Amino acid sequence: MAEQTDYREPEPGRGEEFSPEAEPLNSNGQNSLLEEEEEEEEEGEDLFTEATEEVSLDSPERDVLLSDGPSPVTPPASLISPHLPHNHLYTHCSFDEMEEEDTPDLFDISILVSDPEKVGEGMNAYMAYKVTTQTSMSLFKSPQATVRRRFSDFLGLHGKLATRYLHVGYLVPPAPEKSIVGMTKVKVGKDDSSSNEFVEKRRAALERYLMRTAKHPVLLKDPDLLTFLECSELPRALSTQALSGAGILRMVNKAADAVNKMTIKMTESDTWFEEKQQKFENLDIQLRKLHCSLDSLVCHRKELSVNTALFAKSAAMLGNSEDHTALSRALSQLAEVEEKVEQLHQDQAGADFYLLAELLADYIRLIGSVKGVFDQRVRLWQRLQDSLLLLQKKRDAEAKLHANKPEKLQQARDDIREETEELEGKVQQGERDFEQISKTIRKELFRFEKERVTDFKEVIIKYLESLVQTQQQLIKYWEAFLPEAKAIS
Amino acid sequence: MMEEEEAEESPPLSPSVIEGTEEVTPPLSVSPSTIRVTEAAQDGELLTFIIVSQKLSGTGEYHVDRTYEDFDWLQQHLFSLEDVPGIQGIIFPPLPARAQQNAPVKLVRQLGLLATGETWTPYCRALGAYLQQVAGHSLLSRTQHLETFLTSPEPPGRQKVKKGLFNRLSQAVEGIRKGRPHQGTEDVDDFFRTEREHNLSLTGLSRAAAERFLEVVQTEQKIAVACGHFAASLQLCVEAGDDPGQETFSKMCVKISEIMESMKKNVQKVAENDVTTLGLGLDLECRYQEAEKEMLFRRTCKLVELETASRNAERAKPLKKAAMDGDQKAAEKDFEQVSVVAKQEVARVQRARVAVLRQALVRWCELQILTATSSAEQWNQQLLAFRGPARGPGPSS
Repeated sequence: MAEQTDYREPEPGRGEEFSPEAEPLNSNGQNSLLEEEEEEEEEGEDLFTEATEEVSLDSPERDVLLSDGPSPVTPPASLISPHLPHNHLYTHCSFDEMEEEDTPDLFDISILVSDPEKVGEGMNAYMAYKVTTQTSMSLFKSPQATVRRRFSDFLGLHGKLATRYLHVGYLVPPAPEKSIVGMTKVKVGKDDSSSNEFVEKRRAALERYLMRTAKHPVLLKDPDLLTFLECSELPRALSTQALSGAGILRMVNKAADAVNKMTIKMTESDTWFEEKQQKFENLDIQLRKLHCSLDSLVCHRKELSVNTALFAKSAAMLGNSEDHTALSRALSQLAEVEEKVEQLHQDQAGADFYLLAELLADYIRLIGSVKGVFDQRVRLWQRLQDSLLLLQKKRDAEAKLHANKPEKLQQARDDIREETEELEGKVQQGERDFEQISKTIRKELFRFEKERVTDFKEVIIKYLESLVQTQQQLIKYWEAFLPEAKAIS
Repeated sequence: MMEEEEAEESPPLSPSVIEGTEEVTPPLSVSPSTIRVTEAAQDGELLTFIIVSQKLSGTGEYHVDRTYEDFDWLQQHLFSLEDVPGIQGIIFPPLPARAQQNAPVKLVRQLGLLATGETWTPYCRALGAYLQQVAGHSLLSRTQHLETFLTSPEPPGRQKVKKGLFNRLSQAVEGIRKGRPHQGTEDVDDFFRTEREHNLSLTGLSRAAAERFLEVVQTEQKIAVACGHFAASLQLCVEAGDDPGQETFSKMCVKISEIMESMKKNVQKVAENDVTTLGLGLDLECRYQEAEKEMLFRRTCKLVELETASRNAERAKPLKKAAMDGDQKAAEKDFEQVSVVAKQEVARVQRARVAVLRQALVRWCELQILTATSSAEQWNQQLLAFRGPARGPGPSS
């Protein structure tokens, strides 16, 4: 089978392995997985930790989860990638197989986010970004696509991906954070360096987000991602508005969920998971500390740039007042050199930030996703336990019924039999789900660790390059100045 | 090393920096350009400096230990020298401020750039420069006090500076200060009128430049600290890797930590370069301007004295007339002498400060180039090693 598709024909016994029991997007826009976005507003604290569905036995949401009714969110299984030839549609693929087979296309894709442009005025204004995709992969309609997207489009995409993939254990890269303050400045039209910086920071973050998502072999094939990258028109994602009614409702649910989460205690049969979880907890703490340190460095670097500029000014003034011609000229030259040095410091601060600090921030957020899938696995386990419990109760009830009134209540016995069988099915499904998510998480973490090495290596190289370049520039500037200084007599 | 231009008598020597070729024969038995304050030893509150100088006879060195009190003693004696005509016209070599060594923050406020090094080196260098300036001054170097300071095994100033030796100059000045205000005193001499204005502006500007430079240096030091913290925190991320994925990641972390350490060293070196060259230069420039300001003020006071004496002579009743005339003549002569010396001194200091700044800028520039070259080399090596073989020159980020 040459093409990978995300369409899967249901196979006997595999049931809805693929089609996720997606949280329904009911009219309230309630979707607990989307709460992840809200968390990101809280400055990276406990991302995704509380994005739980309620697991307490009395929760109405739970029933929805346990039901296998069709969900209003169209699962990818029913979507047909329009640009793929028809005969590929009925391939039996699981996610497993998709990953294990070598893609005939080498992973070759580059996504750029550029040209931020303000659209509209006042509080309704927004920033539109150009998204350019260049690829040789046949997954795409054409080797180059350019579209314009706004931030909420990105959030919408992320919401869809999260809904579909997070709760079967895939590490969906988190979308960049919302910032009400930052965006308001832009809307209001403040054209100063801080709002420019904000836009640039966001642009870079969006670019990294898309690349990271596209690098994921499963997510890359998601039709919503492909649509996002290729289609010129995109329906506006509504549930992402910061202060919408849906948002507030989600926050309320979150509070309730927090309480429930604490009651789950899983008996871990697989120490691998326990160890990994601990490692990620540690890594999270360390990365946050590092990020703080780095913030401090970036701050001082910017300060150095400012102070250098001030010194340049006072050197210029000194030069102007100086009688001695050669000294005066040298001091003025000095002022010019220092202004160039100021720019170098500014650039270095940029490298500190965009290379190192944002790398750390991205990984802190990614660890949020990791924690999320671990939590999801625990939830599935809990669900399984609940099903087992119910099954046991039903069986007990069946036995009792059988024992007491063998002939009279045939109907009751039939009913109970039916219910028991249903519950048995649920238990089997639960076991399969749990097994699947465990498997997926293992694979995902393996991939995560590989990618982590690649990412860090790339950043180290770029950072070293920036350091070397700065020094070489400095040498040029000072070598040009030296004769001026020597000319003082 | 800060070379100080030697003082010269008229005719003035060539403006370039001169080493040890002076036309004067002071009783000073050491070569002025060899005077160095080599170290400072701190013992509780007490800060002791070791001063080394080469004997003129070439037969060896003097090593003496002195405290700030001794420097002060010397300076006070210079102020109160007898038999130096026109002494008020001298721009006295400016002594760096006293270092009260308990709180580092206070120290920076007192000493500015001299206190920003990690060691006492900048301060020692400034003190050494002071001594060289005194020793190189044709009029001041003749004092026995300097000889004693530099060569006597016993510290000269350990006894409290006697009130009797109170600065004659400041006494005179105080008296006049209580009289009329002098800001508006018109100067009879164009040269001095211009010079006063010029000095006023340079005093402010050089102080501002020194302060800005100090802030640059302090920020560099903060960056060094931040890099150090980061490097240390990174080490904590390094775990004993059980699996290869973890191990490789740990290696990355170690690498970043190393880069941060080397960044810290680089920035520390840059700060050190800054302080020991341009920092010292700007600091001395400030003190030169202040010293000249003080001299110009004293001369103005003399002018006021003269004007007062002239007025008195005019108004004098016949009985007192002769005496008043005598006073006026004396005041005139005094003022003349002071102005002559002052003019020479202004020229001398002008040459000296230009030489100092040139030296500072050249040396600063050279050190910057050296440091940047070595850092670039180091990081480039790391980059090549890390990147691995055969990657074409990528686009610079």
